[in-house]
Amino acid sequence: MTTISQPDDATVAGMGEPARSQATRRVRGLSDRAIAWLFIAPTIALLLAINIFPLVWMIRLSFTSLNLSMSYLPLRFVGLDNFTDILGDEDVWFRLQTTAQFVIWSVTFQVIIGFGLALLINRQFRGHSFWTTIILLPMMLSPAVVGNFWTLLLQPQIGPFNSLISLFTGVPPSAFSMTGQVSLAPWTIVLVDTWMWAPYVMLICLAGLRSIPDYIYEAAEVDRASTWRQFWSITLPMTVPFLMLAVLFRAIENFKMFDMVNLLTSGGPGSTTELVSITLKRAAFEKWRTGYSSALAIILFVAVFGAANIYVKALNKVKQR
Amino acid sequence: MTTAAAKSTAHSIVEASPRAKAVAGGIVILYAVITILPLLWIVATGFKSQSDAIAYPPKVIFEPTLEGYVNLFTVRTRQTPDFIAKLPPPETWYDKLARQRDMVIAGPSKVVPRFVNSLIIGFGSTFLAVFLGTLAAYAFSRFRIPLADDLLFFILSTRMMPPVAVAIPIYLMYRQLNLTDTRLGMILLYTAVNVSLAVWLLKGFIDEIPREYEEAALVDGYTRLQALRKVVLPQAVTGIAATAIFCLIFSWNEYAFAVLLTSGEAQTMPPFIPFIIGEGGQDWPAVAAATTLFVVPIVLFTVLLRKHLLRGITFGAVRK
Repeated sequence: MTTISQPDDATVAGMGEPARSQATRRVRGLSDRAIAWLFIAPTIALLLAINIFPLVWMIRLSFTSLNLSMSYLPLRFVGLDNFTDILGDEDVWFRLQTTAQFVIWSVTFQVIIGFGLALLINRQFRGHSFWTTIILLPMMLSPAVVGNFWTLLLQPQIGPFNSLISLFTGVPPSAFSMTGQVSLAPWTIVLVDTWMWAPYVMLICLAGLRSIPDYIYEAAEVDRASTWRQFWSITLPMTVPFLMLAVLFRAIENFKMFDMVNLLTSGGPGSTTELVSITLKRAAFEKWRTGYSSALAIILFVAVFGAANIYVKALNKVKQR
Repeated sequence: MTTAAAKSTAHSIVEASPRAKAVAGGIVILYAVITILPLLWIVATGFKSQSDAIAYPPKVIFEPTLEGYVNLFTVRTRQTPDFIAKLPPPETWYDKLARQRDMVIAGPSKVVPRFVNSLIIGFGSTFLAVFLGTLAAYAFSRFRIPLADDLLFFILSTRMMPPVAVAIPIYLMYRQLNLTDTRLGMILLYTAVNVSLAVWLLKGFIDEIPREYEEAALVDGYTRLQALRKVVLPQAVTGIAATAIFCLIFSWNEYAFAVLLTSGEAQTMPPFIPFIIGEGGQDWPAVAAATTLFVVPIVLFTVLLRKHLLRGITFGAVRK
């Protein structure tokens, strides 16, 4: 009631709820309803023009055999042929497997390292704030630039990575190539992605740890619960919603991964690191198979959209806390 | 008295022991140092000569030179030493540096136009996204909008799509509209991507401003728009600034759209940097120099954003 306190207008300060809403109604000019729509319309219009209209167009194209390198051919509708081609294509399934493995391993490492770091940083040692900022830097960088400069770091001879490994293991630096070897390349993209995004998981976990009120630990202490027990019964369960949020977000982002890997290995050697986004880019912008790639894009949309749905539900769950 | 006692107990139980802190600090600092090494290596490579940059084994100690930076900003031609001897003496330090390598500077490289593109597209799309985002966020925060949750989900979902997939129809549409490889096209595209983040983040920030302030202003005879401008916006300034920096970072770093939809005129830095070519492949000192210049603003922004980082990367879901 007294939250409105206008020092120069004593009468206002004394008004109750009905008077306030009456005042709102008295507003000159546009009605609230009109303003609401006026404010939202430009955003919706922009998204319709740049996202939805092209999407609808793409759905149409996915039923055609359009190939931009042969665009002189008349547009031919082929029904669901593109979709059956893709879903029956072993290569596409291989790429999806490669992508799934990349997502699973990189997210796993990020969770382990990120959660571990968060637990350590949460002990609030001196200077933790400064070092946290340092650790956060990689995730703020451009993935493309990161992919590019890691190719230098990972060059078998001139790069420092192999020399460093050689220092610890004695294996000669030119004996292996992180980006050029079929057995190593899939792990290389996981390594660089983890370097970049473990801090992301760390930051979210840190928020989770800080959301746990002290009194719960105090109560556990009174009950003489061991540190181990406290971790399993308090710390972990109360951080899980945050962890889930980080996992879902990373999983979606890595499922879409294109830039970093495209510059680091460009899908090679052979197609060992060809993620599904790279396949899509090749089909659409190198082979110019627009109809086919539209169909593939729609399949990916549906997958990401499904995941996004779960993601938003998880967001709301965390928000309610 | 009771509160003081409670506080002191809380302190002793919950806070880690000095030894636990030291161990944690040691591990975290070790990780931080390892994680920052790749970046430091790149910064150092920017100050290496061509031969030092590709030396085997890799050189940790080297004589610093600005060659990489000169190479980044110039186009050079190789000449015979005799030809160079006949030239008038070099006018500037960079001419001199180039001639030491039997090179003559022929003109500026494309890095400045690319950098300018990054700036124009970055700031243009950020301004538009934050402007549209503020209006929409205010409406979502303050008015009852039918299907508000569905609309918000729709706005967010547009950001969930894989950029390569989005680029296919955009490419076709831009060809029809003559927007391919134009700054305007890129600004519109990045605005559309950023506006979803802006709406979500700003709605969170505006939700935190008590409604009572505006209601008081309305009672005082302000219109909605005046109340928004004079009461809400001044209070949301930090949130708006943080949101703007997030949008700017996205546009600055974006690669997939840039590489697929631009080739020259409107090309930004990320697709340009990997293709800085010297004699015989990538000119690593120049690439490293470009990377360093490109990354410095991001480092500054990260430090500035530290408090709001968590909000930004989770679309406002986690607020701390």
